[in-house]
Amino acid sequence: MIERTPKLDLFCHLLLIAGVIAVCLPLYYALIAATHTLPDVLQVPMPLTPGKELLVNLKAAVERGDLGRQLLNSLIVSVGVTVGKIAVSILSAFAITYFRFPFRMTAFWLIFATLMLPIEVRIVPTYAVAAHPLQGLGWLLDETGLRGPLESLTGWNVEAVVKWNLLDSYAGLILPLMASATATFLFRQLFLTIPEELLEAAKIDGASPMRFLIDVLWPMSRTNVVALTVILFVFGWNQYLWPLLITTEASMTTAVIGLSKQISAAPEAVPKWNTLMASALLITLPPVLVVIVLQRWFVKGLVDSEK
Amino acid sequence: MIKRVNFQRHKPLAFLLLAPQMLVLTIFVFWPAAQALYQAFTVTDPFGQHSTFVWFDNFRDVLTSPEYFNSIYRTAIFSTGTTVSAVLAGLAFAVLVDRVVRAKSVYRLMIIWPYAVAPVLAGVLWLFLFHPIYGAIALMLKQGFGIPWNPLLDGSDAMLLVIVAAAWKQVSYNFVFFLAALQAIPRSLIEAAAIDGAGPIRRFVSIVFPLISPTTFFLLVINVVYAFFDTFGIIHALTQGGPGGATDILVYKVYADGFLGLDLGLSAAQSVILMILVIGLTAVQFRFLERRVKYAQ
Repeated sequence: MIERTPKLDLFCHLLLIAGVIAVCLPLYYALIAATHTLPDVLQVPMPLTPGKELLVNLKAAVERGDLGRQLLNSLIVSVGVTVGKIAVSILSAFAITYFRFPFRMTAFWLIFATLMLPIEVRIVPTYAVAAHPLQGLGWLLDETGLRGPLESLTGWNVEAVVKWNLLDSYAGLILPLMASATATFLFRQLFLTIPEELLEAAKIDGASPMRFLIDVLWPMSRTNVVALTVILFVFGWNQYLWPLLITTEASMTTAVIGLSKQISAAPEAVPKWNTLMASALLITLPPVLVVIVLQRWFVKGLVDSEK
Repeated sequence: MIKRVNFQRHKPLAFLLLAPQMLVLTIFVFWPAAQALYQAFTVTDPFGQHSTFVWFDNFRDVLTSPEYFNSIYRTAIFSTGTTVSAVLAGLAFAVLVDRVVRAKSVYRLMIIWPYAVAPVLAGVLWLFLFHPIYGAIALMLKQGFGIPWNPLLDGSDAMLLVIVAAAWKQVSYNFVFFLAALQAIPRSLIEAAAIDGAGPIRRFVSIVFPLISPTTFFLLVINVVYAFFDTFGIIHALTQGGPGGATDILVYKVYADGFLGLDLGLSAAQSVILMILVIGLTAVQFRFLERRVKYAQ
C-alpha cells in the first residue's frame, strides 16, 4: 500500500465485484437451471434463485445417455494424455540435452517444427491416418506381390490386419493428442539450468545414464511435472474436435462430446436444459476442481509452458 | 544446445530414449502434414480411388472463392474482437486485483476458473443465456430494452455472441500473466513515483504499463493464435459458422469443407495456408522471445 485512498479502493472493489459477477454469470445460470424442473426453467422470466430439483436432475443426467461411462472415458483420456506426454517428453529432452549422437540437431529441429502444426490445422489428414494407419503396408504388399505368399505362408488374414484402425479406441483418442513438442521444450529448458557438476559427480560415482535420470533429474523436475500435469489434464479433458471425429459410439466418446451431441441431436423441440445443465456442471467439475485446488501449480504451469 | 558434460558412449540408448517421441510425431504429425501438402496439389475422384496432380489449382480455387474471402474477413473481425476484449479485460482484472488488499484470493479464484471450462461447454453456457427464445439475457434485452436480439438469424448478433464466449474463456489466461507481470515490478519504483507526487493513474501510464509491455505483446500474439485455432468448439456449439457464413472462421471452414463437404483437395489447400499462417505467427513470437529470454552462460 502506497497511499491511503479509501474512495478509490471502494471503487476498485465495486468494479471487481461487477466484473466477477459478469464472469460467473453463465455458471450461476447453469446452476439455477440444474436445480429446477423443465417447465420452471422455460418460464419467462426464469427463476433467479436455486430450486430443489438438483439431485433429481443429476440423477436424470447420469441415467440419460452414457454419462457415467463417458466421464470414465474422459478420465482415461486425460490421464493417458498427461502421463504419456510427460513420459515421452522427459525421455526425449534427456536424450537431446545429455547425449552426443549423430543427427542430434536434426532431431531437435524436427521436434521444434511440430510446434507449428496444431492438430486443428492438419485435422483431415490426421483423421485419415487414424482411420487407415496400415494402408501404406497393404499398398506395399500389393505392389511387391508379396501379399499372396505372405498369406499362404503365415496363415494371416492380411486384409484384416490392413483394415485395423484407431477409430473408437483409447489409443486413437490419446496418441494423436500426445503428439506435440511443448512439454519436450519445457523439460529441455529445465535441464539446461541444472548445474553441470551434478553429472560430473554422478559420473565419478559410476552412475549409468538411467540412474542419473531417475535419481537426479526426476526429483529435480518434480515441481515442473506437477505444474504440467494440471495444464495437460485440463487440456485432455476439454478436447473437442479430435474426439468428435475419432469416436462414433456413445460408449467410447468423452463426456464433453456426449453432452454436445445430446444438445445438437435433441429429439424434442426444446432441449431439456435442466438435465443438460446438470450434466454440464458434472462434466466441468473435475477440471475446475483441479485448477482451483492446485491453483499455485496451475499458474506456474501456465507461465512456464509458454517460456 | 548440449551439456558440456555429457554421455558419449551411450549412442544406442540415446536413440532408444528419442524413439517414442519421434514415432508419435512421425505418425501423427509429419505424415499427416506431408499428406496435406500432397493433397493440396491433387484432385481426388469422389470414390477416393484416383488422384490427379493439378499444381496450384486447389489454391487458386480457394483464394478466388468468395466464401474464402468471407471467411478471412470474419476471422479478422473475430480474432481482433476476441483478442482486444480478452486482453483488456485481463489487464483490468489484474490491475484491480493487484491493487486491492482484502479478498484478493477470492477474486483471483473467481476469475481463474473459466480456464478449466471446455470451449464447447463455454459455448453451451453462453447459448443458454443468449438463446433468442429462452435465453434469460436475450429475453431481458428484447423485453426490457426493445433490442431485437437474435443470433440465430442476425449475423452481427452471432458474431458478438461468439466473441463474448471466446473472450470470456481467455480472460483468465491473460489475467494470470498480467498479474504475474505486475507483481514482478519492483515496489521501489512505484513508491519513488508516489513520493514525487504521481497519482495512481499517472503511475500506471508512465511506469507500470511500459514495464509490462513485453507481456502485453506476448499475450496479443497468444490470443490471436487462440482465436484462430482453439475456438472451434465455441463456434461449433454456438453458430456452426452461421447464420449465412457470418461466423465461418478459417479453422471451422477447414473442418466443414473436409468432413461435411468432402472436398479433400480444397480442405488440404486451406490446411497448408493455415500452416503458413501459424509458422508466421510462431516466428513473430520467437523473435520477441529472443529479445526477452536470457539463457544461462
